[in-house]
Amino acid sequence: MSEVKKIATREAYGEALAELGESYPNLVVLDADLASATKTGVFQKKFPDRHVDCGIAEANMMGIAAGLSLTGKIPVASTFAMFAAGRAYEQVRNSIGYPHLNVKIGATHAGITVGEDGATHQCNEDIALMRTIPGMVVINPSDAVEAKACVKAALDWEGPVYMRFGRAGVPVINDREDYRFEIGKGILLREGSDVTIVATGIMVAASLEAAKRLAEEGISAEVINIHTIKPLDAELIAASAKKTGKVVTAEEHSVIGGLGGAVCEALAERMPVPVCRIGIEDVFGESGSASALLAKYGLDADGVYRKVKAFLG
Amino acid sequence: MNNPELSRMANEVRKGIITAVHGAKAGHPGGSLSAADIFTFLYFEEMNIDPADPKKADRDRFVLSKGHTAPGLYSALAHRGYFPVEDLPTLRHLGSYLQGHPCMQEVPGVDMSSGSLGQGISAAVGMALGARMSGADFRVYTLLGDGEIEEGQVWEAAMFAGHRKLDNLVVIVDNNGLQIDGKVENVCSPYPIGEKFKAFNFHVIEIDGNDMQQIREAFAQARSTKGMPTAIVAHTVKGKGVSFMEGQVGWHGKAPNDEEYKIAMADLERIGEALCQK
Repeated sequence: MSEVKKIATREAYGEALAELGESYPNLVVLDADLASATKTGVFQKKFPDRHVDCGIAEANMMGIAAGLSLTGKIPVASTFAMFAAGRAYEQVRNSIGYPHLNVKIGATHAGITVGEDGATHQCNEDIALMRTIPGMVVINPSDAVEAKACVKAALDWEGPVYMRFGRAGVPVINDREDYRFEIGKGILLREGSDVTIVATGIMVAASLEAAKRLAEEGISAEVINIHTIKPLDAELIAASAKKTGKVVTAEEHSVIGGLGGAVCEALAERMPVPVCRIGIEDVFGESGSASALLAKYGLDADGVYRKVKAFLG
Repeated sequence: MNNPELSRMANEVRKGIITAVHGAKAGHPGGSLSAADIFTFLYFEEMNIDPADPKKADRDRFVLSKGHTAPGLYSALAHRGYFPVEDLPTLRHLGSYLQGHPCMQEVPGVDMSSGSLGQGISAAVGMALGARMSGADFRVYTLLGDGEIEEGQVWEAAMFAGHRKLDNLVVIVDNNGLQIDGKVENVCSPYPIGEKFKAFNFHVIEIDGNDMQQIREAFAQARSTKGMPTAIVAHTVKGKGVSFMEGQVGWHGKAPNDEEYKIAMADLERIGEALCQK
């Protein structure tokens, strides 16, 4: 897929904010000294009066976002996933989640594709943390097109939304006429009959590529893009599980508590079938290039292909 | 209201605190009583609010950052007419809207849910910033405990408010000197409090926070202070008004039993009668 155009979802996030600023006059973007990295700097240039740099103080930023929302603003609080979901977890839970405030969180640099910065900055736990908060929507877009669409959908949604973006470029896979984004609705990307691959974020493109290789060997894999981990499209996943009888989940996140966890919870109650979870196997990451790390941790197309093969026996 | 009227109302608010905490068989009387005069001044004199329209857009906002003193806030709100005073004893009961810590979705007049220390001030700063960005002229008040300011987030918020020169924000520190584990200066001293806020570019006013005239003057001074937020360091007595609770750390988070309840209410009755003769 080397010829396919690659764009980081954080780039699309920043562009979307700048594009939507005009039609959403109440949109206020907050950052914590990372505007150039989270790409909210693009919004800042266009709307300097509506960009609030809180300095290196993420806990306070979440509280300020809460307060701003109570004056009618639509605040989008932006920082790395590690600090948004990790450091400021309790502020997000108590100051935003509990009062169910209309605050959006744009968390960039999620997962191990942070790369060279290493384990301290590679947040593989944010989906798990955020989806335990009652009323919180959790979105993990698969490419730049979906990232842009999810920002708009989040602004139109009443209540807290956590959006997860990545640092590294990912193939654009949703650039087509009939693409529609709806919060909570999974997208069936490829039909199959032997196994279902439920993927989220950058693992959607990798899963599609793996499905192609599997097809060459006569294995028919269905691929579902779950961009919204909460609320989860359990109906779509269960229907596919009923058809194929085997489910693989794929995410750039810990296998504990994220997409894999959510899918297992849903299937255990609706359609119990064997499940194989692909993700970070309960370990911390390390420094390296994004592509080298994805290969090492089995999160590229080859990794998915091999895991599915082994799972199917 | 004039000062004697406010002091009498504060005494009624204190009775409501005791009644609520006694009814709950739990809760935080000490820091509610110490701040009762401030709650009363804010809701009966200082703030532009309307109990008939708790969400009106141009109202002044109050965030109880030290959310565990909800009985003080609830009693002030009830006496101001936001909900029936008779409901106060349902505090902390299953099914009651009077949650252990303020819940803005449940309680009329509560502008922000709070309770996890250090977080309320950030929300208040966000409200003050929102007013500034919208060109609205409402003011924002937030009350913190002197133990609470040990939380680092308080100083993140203070740094931001000072940096942004949010002169529509008033931070009040209820300096009653006691926290759960003992005297604040022994646990992890926040002193000097006033100098700290000065260093964070606040206008600082130190007052006796149980003296209505000093409270009045402080809020007037805050209102006329331009170009910087104001911090009022209110020196108060924890448990103020109840003989056996005053200055006693043990009454931070404990309810009076039936006998103690009678003594406490008798104390406040006597204070009320004395205030009426003034």
